[in-house]
Amino acid sequence: MTVETKQQYNDEYISRFSSSRNEPEWMKELRHQALSQSESLDMPKPDKTGIKNWDFDTYVHEVKGEEISALGSLPASVAALIDADNAPNLYIQRNNSAAYLALNEKWSEQGVIFTDIFTALQQHGDLVKRFYMKDAVNIDEDRLTALHAALMNGGVFVYVPKNVVVDEPLQTIFWQEDDKVASFNHILIVAEANSAVTYVENSISHNAEQATFANVVTEVIAADNANVSYGAVDNYAAGTTVYAKRRGVAYRDARIDWAIGQMNDGNTISEHITHLIGDNSGSEAKSVVVGRGKQIQNFTTNIVHFGQNSVGSILSHGVMKDQASSVFNGIGKIEHGASKSDATQETRVLMLSQGARGDANPILLIDEDDVVAGHAASVGRVDPLQLYYLMSRGITKHEAERLIIHGFLAPVVNQLPIETVKNQLTQVIEGKVN
Amino acid sequence: MAGSVLEIKDLHVSIEDKEILKGVNLTIKSGEFHAVMGPNGTGKSTLASAIMGHPKYEVTSGSITLDGEDVLEMEVDERARAGLFLAMQYPSEISGVTNSDFLRSSINARRAEGDEIPLMKFIKEMDEAMDFLEMDKNMAQRYLNEGFSGGEKKRNEILQLLMMKAEIGILDEIDSGLDIDALKVVAKGINKLRDENFGCLIITHYQRLLNYIEPDFVHVMMQGRVVKSGGSELSKRLEAEGYDWIKQELNIQDETINA
Repeated sequence: MTVETKQQYNDEYISRFSSSRNEPEWMKELRHQALSQSESLDMPKPDKTGIKNWDFDTYVHEVKGEEISALGSLPASVAALIDADNAPNLYIQRNNSAAYLALNEKWSEQGVIFTDIFTALQQHGDLVKRFYMKDAVNIDEDRLTALHAALMNGGVFVYVPKNVVVDEPLQTIFWQEDDKVASFNHILIVAEANSAVTYVENSISHNAEQATFANVVTEVIAADNANVSYGAVDNYAAGTTVYAKRRGVAYRDARIDWAIGQMNDGNTISEHITHLIGDNSGSEAKSVVVGRGKQIQNFTTNIVHFGQNSVGSILSHGVMKDQASSVFNGIGKIEHGASKSDATQETRVLMLSQGARGDANPILLIDEDDVVAGHAASVGRVDPLQLYYLMSRGITKHEAERLIIHGFLAPVVNQLPIETVKNQLTQVIEGKVN
Repeated sequence: MAGSVLEIKDLHVSIEDKEILKGVNLTIKSGEFHAVMGPNGTGKSTLASAIMGHPKYEVTSGSITLDGEDVLEMEVDERARAGLFLAMQYPSEISGVTNSDFLRSSINARRAEGDEIPLMKFIKEMDEAMDFLEMDKNMAQRYLNEGFSGGEKKRNEILQLLMMKAEIGILDEIDSGLDIDALKVVAKGINKLRDENFGCLIITHYQRLLNYIEPDFVHVMMQGRVVKSGGSELSKRLEAEGYDWIKQELNIQDETINA
């Protein structure tokens, strides 16, 4: 943090901002406390990636966005994410404003909440308070996380009551239309006992040159026997420095499955942790990455097993080209007492250019005897024998490489439940690897 | 195009500076089925790989032409588009690419842009070919060769051969690891292609396959060369008597390429 930023977004600013959003008093207090904590906390220390020279300070904290009256009026890059004829559950945040919201009545009648974080704070303040930065992410984890809590400026709240199974995906789009606007988005998803929900999110910006900052926290709480399927495509442009924390907490018999396309073009730290608290809980954490240009990225995926019979599997596939460099840390941790747990992980990095770098670090931390654990990691080039095989059928080298790369990234693409989002990710990958 | 000719002249091939083929001569014309036989380690599979352009094999001298065109000057994909097809002994597994997408890309690679095979026609042809080869329909949507058994991989190679309509097919030990029922199915697939527009080079070290596919010509390889050629009676004699009589006739002690 530079002195300049500290002065600009200080206690006085936070009071004003919080009041202008009609926040409950507890939220205003939380912000002030977080700001004061941020001053004494250390910066995060991503393993093997130095971030000293990264720009976390250049941004504009609040930029309003116009309401979207008709989906037909959206620019192509945003419209492509949406099936306009069939988007019954859609939230679009434009800069820091809630610009569009639709929720199928079927769900609201059953008590499902799907709304922007500020409306949620006003209308469901107690509910938000129960979960906001409590069981998943803590405010004092590091300076940037405290700063997130102090300056949170957007996000969404999803709440699914007991026994309600939402069988249509809920879609969120974070559209950073302004080149300077910061994303301090907070995504809070709570699935009560025996409920189920599928959530899909796209973040998109266009600031190829202009510097700004995304400091995003996602918290997913799955109560007993709840099932949360989370899909996301992060697509911040090259100017955005990204610090993204995703955290899941799964209680007894609950599942949280993640499918994340990490398509940012700027420097990125992504920390993704799932706590399997309850017995028989489970999580699949799949992510794919394409790195290009000179971007530096650090991805940590961690599943921590506390419950017995908990099953976690991590899959990270990365494609690196140009001078892009990435560190992939995959961590399977089995705590003492989590007997009969199963932790597996697979990290594979495909290098497309001489100058690219990829570093895969599989880590298993096991404090219990009666468990199953395994890992596979590899960093390499496109297999010449695979190329030979495809080319021997008449497919050109370029097309053969394309097929292999898309196949390599398919585990996440195929898992996204909305066809338009899936197609869009395929296109983004296409654009990045070509 | 009727009447393709694949002509191999005095072919020398090395792998990592070790010479494996030491002057192979062979001509395959449309309508002809050739079998190349021989004990292990005599260079048979190297011949198949060199024709297709496997990255590990280096042609040091000699020529391969297809209808007069220099095959050795072509990239692997160009060889395929020119009409060569190699059914591989160890096909690669490619995750995330479905068998059906791969097949369609392969077929379209041989067609002009704008003349791609219509999807419905493709599906119909694939269904028919899979039925003919007694393949599980699920295999169309599985990832290419991933988790396929040995027999499934071989059938999948023949499925591609059936659908791609190559001029010259080369089968590299397509019979290895197959039980008798699978072998019959594979042979049925190959026999279906027998017509005046299709030539075939069948590489095997068992006579067994040739009980189901009658070759017009049989060649025996030893020490990286074709040492004897004949008709289908030659393979029958090999089955009955083994290779020793040829070694004696030609005064060969060690038939492998190490000799």
